[in-house]
Amino acid sequence: MEILVILVPLALMLGGAGLAAFLWSLRSGQYDDLDGAAWRAISDDDPPPQEAPAKR
Amino acid sequence: MQVTRDFSHYVRAAGAGVQHIDLAVEGVHCAGCMAKIERGLSAIPDVTLARVNLTDRRVALEWKAGTLDPARFIDRLEELGYKAYPYETESAEAGEVAESRFLLRCLGVAAFATMNVMMLSIPVWSGNVSDMLPEQRDFFHWLSALIALPAAAYAGQPFFRSAWRALSNKTTNMDVPISIGVCLALGMSVVETINHAEHAYFDAAIMLLTFLLVGRVLDQNMRRRTRAVAGNLAALKAETAAKFVGADEITQVPVAAIHPGDIVLLRPGERCAVDGTVIEGRSEIDQSLITGETLYVTAEHGTPVYAGSMNISGSLRVRVSAASEATLLAEITRLLDNALAARSRYMRLADRASRLYAPVVHATALITILGWAIAGAGWHDAIVTGVAVLIITCPCALGLAIPTVQTVTSGAMFKAGVLLNSGDAIERLAEADHVIFDKTGTLTLPDLEVTNAADIPAGVFELAGRLALSSHHPVAAAVAQAAGAKSPILSAAEEAGQGVRAVVDGVELRLGRPSFCGAEALVVGATLDPEASVVAFSKGPEKFILTVRQGLRPDAQAVIAALKARNIGVEILSGDREAAVIAAAHALGIVEWRAGVTPADKIARIEELKRCGAKVLMVGDGMNDAPSLAAAHVSMSPISAAHLSQATADLVFLGRPLAPVVAAIDSARKALHLMRQNLWLAIGYNVLAVPVAISGVVTPLIAAAAMSGSSILVMLNALRARSASREIM
Repeated sequence: MEILVILVPLALMLGGAGLAAFLWSLRSGQYDDLDGAAWRAISDDDPPPQEAPAKR
Repeated sequence: MQVTRDFSHYVRAAGAGVQHIDLAVEGVHCAGCMAKIERGLSAIPDVTLARVNLTDRRVALEWKAGTLDPARFIDRLEELGYKAYPYETESAEAGEVAESRFLLRCLGVAAFATMNVMMLSIPVWSGNVSDMLPEQRDFFHWLSALIALPAAAYAGQPFFRSAWRALSNKTTNMDVPISIGVCLALGMSVVETINHAEHAYFDAAIMLLTFLLVGRVLDQNMRRRTRAVAGNLAALKAETAAKFVGADEITQVPVAAIHPGDIVLLRPGERCAVDGTVIEGRSEIDQSLITGETLYVTAEHGTPVYAGSMNISGSLRVRVSAASEATLLAEITRLLDNALAARSRYMRLADRASRLYAPVVHATALITILGWAIAGAGWHDAIVTGVAVLIITCPCALGLAIPTVQTVTSGAMFKAGVLLNSGDAIERLAEADHVIFDKTGTLTLPDLEVTNAADIPAGVFELAGRLALSSHHPVAAAVAQAAGAKSPILSAAEEAGQGVRAVVDGVELRLGRPSFCGAEALVVGATLDPEASVVAFSKGPEKFILTVRQGLRPDAQAVIAALKARNIGVEILSGDREAAVIAAAHALGIVEWRAGVTPADKIARIEELKRCGAKVLMVGDGMNDAPSLAAAHVSMSPISAAHLSQATADLVFLGRPLAPVVAAIDSARKALHLMRQNLWLAIGYNVLAVPVAISGVVTPLIAAAAMSGSSILVMLNALRARSASREIM
């Protein structure tokens, strides 16, 4: 039962990390455009090779 | 004359040396558009951010301060094939965005707490029937309390605040039983934990909050989305005015930047965006959007013009008067306020249900406690059973029953071209049993149409169409469109207030007033249609006349028939002349009609119908319809409507056909049916669960399972609203 001393805080920490990640993503506006996000995931938006150095 | 555009009104600073503007863009609907726009705009030097929001159909742009003129972005989008317009976030919309983020945060916290409390509850449930030590159980209970109490305090805020507001106004709403249930469950659980009892209700309380927050978030998202799109539509109507900044210099500015006393230019074919008085020029204006009158009015020095009227023939200089002084607008605003105040008494289905629900639940819980106490169970056991009753009956399914159906239905309507302005519009629309149509712009199309195209030789008609392309006059635009003309006649010259002429192959062509073309003789015998305007076309000695009128919406007849088939009364109330209204009523087979009515008359008629018990759906587009739209039980506007009407209407429909009116009614009726069914499901669940709870055999496991089961059932049932509206379309 001593294992609980490790496992319970560990579980809470993992959950807390998930919550923190959610709050961060919410604050950074990732839920503002759910329709667009669905499409962005599959769009091929890498810049063409000749443009890439210019951006750096 | 030099024309510039000034959008500085919309630009705001976003950090050091960076400027920001939001543009509403028309026609963005896929990933392709999104990539095209973002790539196209990023290619402009000094642009630091170009991001499309596909949900709201907007583009956010940022660039190095002072290097670029915002008008350039609009031009660039135009090149890419999109119409864009600067967009200013209304404070109501900004508040809604903040509210929906807060709800999402609450949901995140509640979901996190639920998961962890559940994780701790499982060992307790299984431990109770096997070999768990009392100390271990207490440890798990305290841990649950540690997670659930702060989480509930934070995530429960939307409910607690709303319940407190209701109670301090001496009313109840859905949030009162929710708050009481959650607080009692948590309080009781703490007491039980202190007393080393076997059961605590932390899991039930926090899961309840999670489910209810899901319903709130769905509800909020629906409203936010429609409001955003409606806001875009208002911006896309490009309410700008050409303001004189010097004697001969004009700037295109947004209406918000115009002040009383400014002088604006109103060119032919333009819609007036301000109220004011003509100080120079002579023209005809079309006031159909304001008064419902289709015949043109002559405007000259001293004539008042109102926002929404269309300038037809000549250029006008207009001195802007304060909106509050404009008698028409002031009168309409006053009527509008009264009508809106009268309607706010409507009670939503959810509120009506909770008004019955709360006392019943609380009485049941109280009777349970007293009953067990009298039966000799001891106060502690009696109160525990009472709390179990409260938890199991907590209006979780009830809280989800309405918003889930609303969200699904609004999505389905959105696809069918109908935008919802408010959630309870669905309930009100479903109850409508009498439809009042405005005529001009609602039953008829806002654009003009050539009615006698078939009587004119095709070659001649095509020539007239090409000539018409050189004029901005709306009648000319109708002729050009009907003829399908593409290439203008380059040598054409326009004579203000008269028409256009050109010489082609040595033959003079003229299009315009009959007198301008020398065709008065033809007109005398021909004006049979009371609504039509007449233009003449001459090709050398040959003379023709074209009749132009606002055509009925293509499917108006079918829609009226469909409404009648659903046993819905149909009537026309129009500000237009009697002859014009009779013609439309006759063509559509509508028996009940009134012509020449004022905004106040329209309201009076609606009140009269209300007294007879009818629930009126008003469909109108003019500024004069705005008060009656607000006074009616529920209202719809076409997208071409005046700004004020659109803002007042509960639903806005897109496109040329009238069919969305019937589709929306059907969809709303189906939705109301599902809402009622969901309420019955929730009630049925309670009828089954409450006796079990009263008998005192409920464990947290049973309560949790029963509660989530009922919530999921209600959500699944709501999804049927989607398939229902697909059948209609």
